[in-house]
Amino acid sequence: MTNPVPALLSVENVTAGYGDATVLFDAAFEVHTGEIVAIVGANGAGKTTLLSTIVGLVAARAGRIMFRGRDITKRPAHLLPSDGLALVPEGGRLFPFMTVEENLTLGAYSPASRQGLVARRDEMMQMFPILHERRQQPAGTLSGGERQMCAIARALMCRPTLLMLDEPSVGLSPLMVERVFEIIEGLARREGLTIVMVEQNVTEALEVADRGYILDHGHIVRGGDAAMLRRDRDIQETYMGL
Amino acid sequence: MADLINVIAVGILLGGIYALVSVGLNLIFGVIRIVNFAQGEFVMLGMYGTYAGYTYLHLDPYLTLIVVLPCLFVVGAVVQRLILAPLRTEPAMQIFATFGLLMLLENVVLAATGGAAYSVTSRVAQISVDLAGVQVGLVRLIALAAATLVTVALGVFLRYSMLGRAIRAVAQDRSAARLMGVNVDRIYMLTFGIGTMLAGFAGCLLAPIYSLSPQIGTSFILPAFAVVVLGGLGSVPGAYVGGFIVGLTEAFAGYYLDPALKHAVLFGVFIAVLIIRPSGLFGQIGAEEVGLRES
Ligand SMILES: Nc1ncnc2c1ncn2[C@@H]1O[C@H](COP(=O)(O)OP(=O)(O)OP(=O)(O)O)[C@@H](O)[C@H]1O
Ligand SMILES: [Mg+2]
Repeated sequence: MTNPVPALLSVENVTAGYGDATVLFDAAFEVHTGEIVAIVGANGAGKTTLLSTIVGLVAARAGRIMFRGRDITKRPAHLLPSDGLALVPEGGRLFPFMTVEENLTLGAYSPASRQGLVARRDEMMQMFPILHERRQQPAGTLSGGERQMCAIARALMCRPTLLMLDEPSVGLSPLMVERVFEIIEGLARREGLTIVMVEQNVTEALEVADRGYILDHGHIVRGGDAAMLRRDRDIQETYMGL
Repeated sequence: MADLINVIAVGILLGGIYALVSVGLNLIFGVIRIVNFAQGEFVMLGMYGTYAGYTYLHLDPYLTLIVVLPCLFVVGAVVQRLILAPLRTEPAMQIFATFGLLMLLENVVLAATGGAAYSVTSRVAQISVDLAGVQVGLVRLIALAAATLVTVALGVFLRYSMLGRAIRAVAQDRSAARLMGVNVDRIYMLTFGIGTMLAGFAGCLLAPIYSLSPQIGTSFILPAFAVVVLGGLGSVPGAYVGGFIVGLTEAFAGYYLDPALKHAVLFGVFIAVLIIRPSGLFGQIGAEEVGLRES
């Protein structure tokens, strides 16, 4: 079962938590170049913790995280953008009192991405015209959908190879949800980005993804081809409310 | 009429001094979320540093800036790294630590100087300027101009430089800042260093105006707290404007009511503003709701 092509990201038996509580148990999964991987699970399953552990905001208590053939388990969070790993956090976490433009500028803070910053920012505003319209507006005043686009654009400023998104569809109108998933799909198919997204919106996430994993109370209980997971009776009943 | 102009002049000049002390305090609070009780002691260190340069290197007090500023920056950065950073998960303890530092610095200087009062004079100290009939000491005018210049320079740095943006980003959401590639620990050290340096800068400018004593820091820190609350926690322009409000309030209360009452009036206004407008006059509205995110 070993894959001849090494994974872009591999999470190997990672355990993590806060204080006395362990939230993530022995989590293991892989992401290959060019794919969209969805990790789905209910509220409190540990999705945010999993992404936070990968980027180093939460320390792994056991296990190993490899990115582009390099052990990043203990690598400080602030070095990851220059390695090519970007995270769009839950709710976007924009800098509320800065303008849209300044938020994008900060996306290119790491030294490697500062060159060509202005060109990249223009590119992002072309990709998301609404951000161009709102560029002088404080990010705290954006609507939910605009905020999500701004957060995605900000993460793209460092030209990542792997983009991770924490519940990009949460709190958006059905129309907006569709739009955000379209954008994510476009980034993978047209821009060649590799994507990991964490979602509660199981049905839609598995439709967009190539492969999926199911996270349940901190355990990755299933994994495989997204279409297959979507057709699975058990999964439909337990996670998709069908 | 002449009285009024005089009171206003006194208030504005005093305000400039308070502004200078408060800008650094507010920068530290805005970014690191620490109330730095030791800020007044850093002013005191700046004054003694100026005294040392003046006495031993025979420099004009204003020239000692080239030595005092880098020294105070380093003092601030070291204090942050060695005392405050290890306490980062316990914000209340950090505040007590700055209080401990206040007592420590004050008493070390007291012991070192044997409690003797020192003074520093500059060649410009004797010069005074006639402004609309009011005689104003040039040293006070320099302090006012410097406070203005520093506030503008700091504002420009924070707004337009990448490092300044990173400092603001950390103030607004530190984990998002980390995700952008900002080394938050380094920004804390830098910010505390800058805040300390600004206090030292104030100390330098005040050395020719006040006589030096180890307890002088306390007489700046109390009005500085009022300034910061009035101007808005974390706001650099707020600290500047707040400085003048406090200076003028003190001058007016001292002249028209009773000098003994000036602090009572000042802190009465302080409490009233806290109740009516917790974000201060210039604080970012809504900052409380966004909660200036922690973790
Ligand atoms: N900073 C924290 N300190 C302590 N416990 C935490 C912290 N963050 C999360 N937890 C706990 O860890 C568990 C998993 O939380 P996590 O945020 O990873 O879940 P999630 O799957 O992202 O949930 P949601 O869908 O609501 O975003 C929860 O029980 C939560 O209470
Ligand atoms: Mg979450």
